Amino acid sequence: MIAGRVTGHIFSTINHPFYDGKRMLVVEKIDENGKALNDYVIAVDTVDAGPGDKVLIVDEGNGARQILQSSDGPVRSVIVGIIDQITVD
Amino acid sequence: MKLGKVIGQVVPCEVYEGLETVPMLWVQPLDKKGHPKGAAIVCADSTRMAGPGELIYYEGGREAAMTLDPVFVPVDHAIVGIVDDMALDQGGGDA
Repeated sequence: MIAGRVTGHIFSTINHPFYDGKRMLVVEKIDENGKALNDYVIAVDTVDAGPGDKVLIVDEGNGARQILQSSDGPVRSVIVGIIDQITVD
Repeated sequence: MKLGKVIGQVVPCEVYEGLETVPMLWVQPLDKKGHPKGAAIVCADSTRMAGPGELIYYEGGREAAMTLDPVFVPVDHAIVGIVDDMALDQGGGDA
């Protein structure tokens, strides 16, 4: 799983039927100190995250489909949690 | 998934079976602010509605082929949807 920070929202009417009614957020990847990495991902939201929230993302197809209860959905990135705190020893 | 902009079309004359009617589009990958990033790629268009100049999002890897019917086709990037609008937070770093 990867950690990220929600930076935006994507609206779309013409999309694959699997994505109908799904919330999609733009999430920049962050490191353990909360610093933005030079990368992002668009992920399906399952936890009602909003802009600025630090989130946990599953970036793997089978796990993502399991969460969204689909056997053939073309999905790989899903937001599965909101991070309260990251501690680094 | 990532953001991209359709910059052109690719017309193959011979394709693997299952891909005969699938549009192939040139896509310039974008960063999260919509600026071009990296080299252009060819994406199968699962919406069959995207055209040059449009902002789209695409999936890479195994899931790209799963947007198509039949799903067992040799495709590694596919357009999943067309972006109507993006609401971007002003904060955060550059990506």
